[in-house]
Amino acid sequence: MAQLTNTYRATGLRAAPSLRQRIDLPRRVVFGAAASMIFIVVLLLAFITWQGLQLFIKDGVSIGQILSPTWQPDSTSPNLSFGLLPFIAGTVYVTALALLISTPVSVGLALFLSEVAPGWARAIVQPALEIFVGIPSVVWGWLGITILVPFLSHTFHGGMVLSLPIAGDVFRVPGFLTGFSWLAGSLVLSIMIVPTITSVSYDAFRAVPQELRTGSLALGTTRWQTIRHLLIPSALTGVLTAIVLGMTRAAGEALAVQMVIGNSPSMPAAITQPVTTLTSQITLDMGNTVFGEPWQDALWTMSLVLLVISISSVVLVRVINKRRMGA
Amino acid sequence: MSTGDEMPTTATYTEPVLRRIDVTAPLVADGSAAGSDQIKIATEHVSIKYGEKVAVKDVTLTVQARSILALIGPSGSGKSTFLRCFNRMNDLIPGAKVQGQVCLDGENVTDQDVSVVELRRRVGMVFQRPNPFPMSIYENVAYGPRRRGMNGRRQLDELVETSLKRAALWDEVKDDLRRKSGLALSGGQQQRLCIARVLATEPEVILMDEPASALDPVSTLRIEELMRELREAYTIVIVTHNMQQAARVSDVTAFFTMADDRAGYLVEVGPTGRIFTRPTERLTEDYISGRFG
Amino acid sequence: MTATPSQTIGRPNGPKPSLKGKSSRGIILADRAATVVLWGTGVLVLTILGAIIVHFALAAWGVVTLNFVVSDPSETALGGVMPILWNSIYMLALTMLIAVPVGILGGIYMSEYAGENRLTNAIRFAEEAISSVPSIVVGLFGLILFVDDLHLGFTALGGALALTFFNLPLMTRLSEQALRAVPQDERSASLALGATKWQTIRHVVVPLAIPGLITGVILTAGRVFGEAAVLLFTSGIGTPPHYDFTNLDLTNPASPWSPFRPATTLSVYIWKLNSEGLGVFKNQIVDGSAAILISMVLIFNLGARFIGRVLSRRLTAA
Repeated sequence: MAQLTNTYRATGLRAAPSLRQRIDLPRRVVFGAAASMIFIVVLLLAFITWQGLQLFIKDGVSIGQILSPTWQPDSTSPNLSFGLLPFIAGTVYVTALALLISTPVSVGLALFLSEVAPGWARAIVQPALEIFVGIPSVVWGWLGITILVPFLSHTFHGGMVLSLPIAGDVFRVPGFLTGFSWLAGSLVLSIMIVPTITSVSYDAFRAVPQELRTGSLALGTTRWQTIRHLLIPSALTGVLTAIVLGMTRAAGEALAVQMVIGNSPSMPAAITQPVTTLTSQITLDMGNTVFGEPWQDALWTMSLVLLVISISSVVLVRVINKRRMGA
Repeated sequence: MSTGDEMPTTATYTEPVLRRIDVTAPLVADGSAAGSDQIKIATEHVSIKYGEKVAVKDVTLTVQARSILALIGPSGSGKSTFLRCFNRMNDLIPGAKVQGQVCLDGENVTDQDVSVVELRRRVGMVFQRPNPFPMSIYENVAYGPRRRGMNGRRQLDELVETSLKRAALWDEVKDDLRRKSGLALSGGQQQRLCIARVLATEPEVILMDEPASALDPVSTLRIEELMRELREAYTIVIVTHNMQQAARVSDVTAFFTMADDRAGYLVEVGPTGRIFTRPTERLTEDYISGRFG
Repeated sequence: MTATPSQTIGRPNGPKPSLKGKSSRGIILADRAATVVLWGTGVLVLTILGAIIVHFALAAWGVVTLNFVVSDPSETALGGVMPILWNSIYMLALTMLIAVPVGILGGIYMSEYAGENRLTNAIRFAEEAISSVPSIVVGLFGLILFVDDLHLGFTALGGALALTFFNLPLMTRLSEQALRAVPQDERSASLALGATKWQTIRHVVVPLAIPGLITGVILTAGRVFGEAAVLLFTSGIGTPPHYDFTNLDLTNPASPWSPFRPATTLSVYIWKLNSEGLGVFKNQIVDGSAAILISMVLIFNLGARFIGRVLSRRLTAA
């Protein structure tokens, strides 16, 4: 401190900043560390975009072909076709079903933690959720293979048909062949995204002021009515953000899905049938293709699609939250 | 502050509307009778504990129907806690325990099998800080009725309008009932919206926990006028730190203070005019003359 | 005031239903049902977690022995996972060596320097963007950058850098939160004594934030340890050879200490065995490896809690 006082006396109150102060090295260093993330993103966008466009630029594949359902990427194939539709559709369907299963459970869990659970229960469930987050995706995939897939194929072997007198078979689900299926993929994903949706929704519910809860209860409403008609509407943007983040995580998950989904590059037919996704096809094929060949270029295009999905979801979350600020 | 001169509105009250508890008097009042001596709320030996800490000790008093009872006293004297046992809001605080009887029209509300939902519809509450819900003005007022199953559009429209009129807010908001958020109103308007919201659940008793302490003087006066008007149809219990306010609006004043063990207790209760001019207890006199608290 | 007392909207004059009446029975039943369902979600999560832990404890029984942990993989016998476990730890250390300083420094900028401007907004956007990019895409980015363009081949260094890219946002955000949690008064007090901003940060803010920073490091470590998709195409998926730990030549790809060699980690190994493994003991090896991963996750989690608590107690007591 004495040293500082001396400096102060020597320079005077209005002294020009020293060279050291002007350069402010620490500021520059910490700024560089933070800004490195911008650098990484720009680099990543540039590389993936460039590679992802090679299929169009170098191999001359048309957008129309990309959107076709036919995937025959092997150069020896007589009717070579790089239709990515099965993968995009697979990703969308598997993600959608996972969200459908996971959202009610996760939002329920968030409500349990924020509105219902006594302190001791929260002190058990919250750390459990953190451990959930930490379980590696290959472990989830392995659990899917060793427990879920055999369970599905044994239990629902027969399939389901819903017949009506005149309309005939209105609803038909063939039985599982092996258990490796759209449903298996969605179930594994639905568990994996529970912590994401739960923690973000939980924060949204906690952000609703306590006075609103007491205000509602004082009007003679039950806790459930307060949750249903006050908390959920008030926290809606937060819950939507949670669902979008869960969706992003589900659509981008690779290994766990690949391990249980069956990897059949055709359009999804039924939840009991094998399908494939963008991530699982990349995982499977990338190692078996040569850099520069059209097949691999198609895989890069798939990763570009994934990148577009994830960046859009970031923008979407920002739009949702800007709405909230504006309201 | 001085006393006596500052009670324009209470100077007109005609009879002592509250008796120091007479335990032998029947607590059950005929609900359909609208006599001025009808007892709406009666508490008997009410003590409230938070865990081991006694917050309120042995309070016995009665509230006449269609009168305003003001609870005054220093911070920590348990006024708000006591107020909250009338509609069992203390249930929400873990570890809170109410002993003794709190009777609404002769029915003990602390009984285990009392429906809290039903109780709170009959005993509404307005809080210190206005707490409108983040929805339109209309939806704020319709919130309570909707929750007990009122769905008819015309019925709701009518109820919302009457409630807002009663809360003296209708003229200011009638043009954008459904578009404007309750949060977009001024503080005083928000508080009147909260009062309208309570009125829409058709209560008999309205509890007000320092309803004007977060408001500016003009808004405060409006709320006070409103309370005098509502008194014609409702029984009101108000907690206030503001002694002029208690003197201006209430018919009866109850003075609480803290014992040495920090437990709140009732020192004295009586017609507001008398409490502020001729208190029987020394503690009350000290407090209202500003020597304490 | 248009309402008059006679135009009563309340029920003050009407007959009063008993407080014990059944008029609100429906909504109360719904409330009870909802409470049961919400408790159900909590029980469900605990049951699943408990089942997973028990499952792996049983599966690992008899597989995860000392021999399993210290020996090389074998095609014919059960073998072990020693080199793979070593790679996991090695990759973790290498990644954290880069990610921790950069993440904490970035967190310092975001917490202490960043103003409300476009640049800060851009950094936040980048942070969110990397967090949302699928790990497999980050892996592909590493593949193109390190393997295809820089011709490094599959290396531990490439994998560690890709892992750093992927986890930097998390590390930065956790650091920022830890630093923001330091009360403003501490900063003001230091600045009022004439300390410069950087002196304040170094000698007051960072030391006070250490428990939070350590928690952040451990949580990030847990994620790095289990990550596989980023590494498939950056650090390789081959079964490692026998490692000679006496070879300390860091530039020699044969040395287990060298960052310029392929390094298959436990998570990647599980995936590899599952997709290509045909050996008799495949299931046991995967179960054993998964059990080790799960135990590490538990250790990281409990460790973060424990160390965070101990340190903050010591700091507040001092």
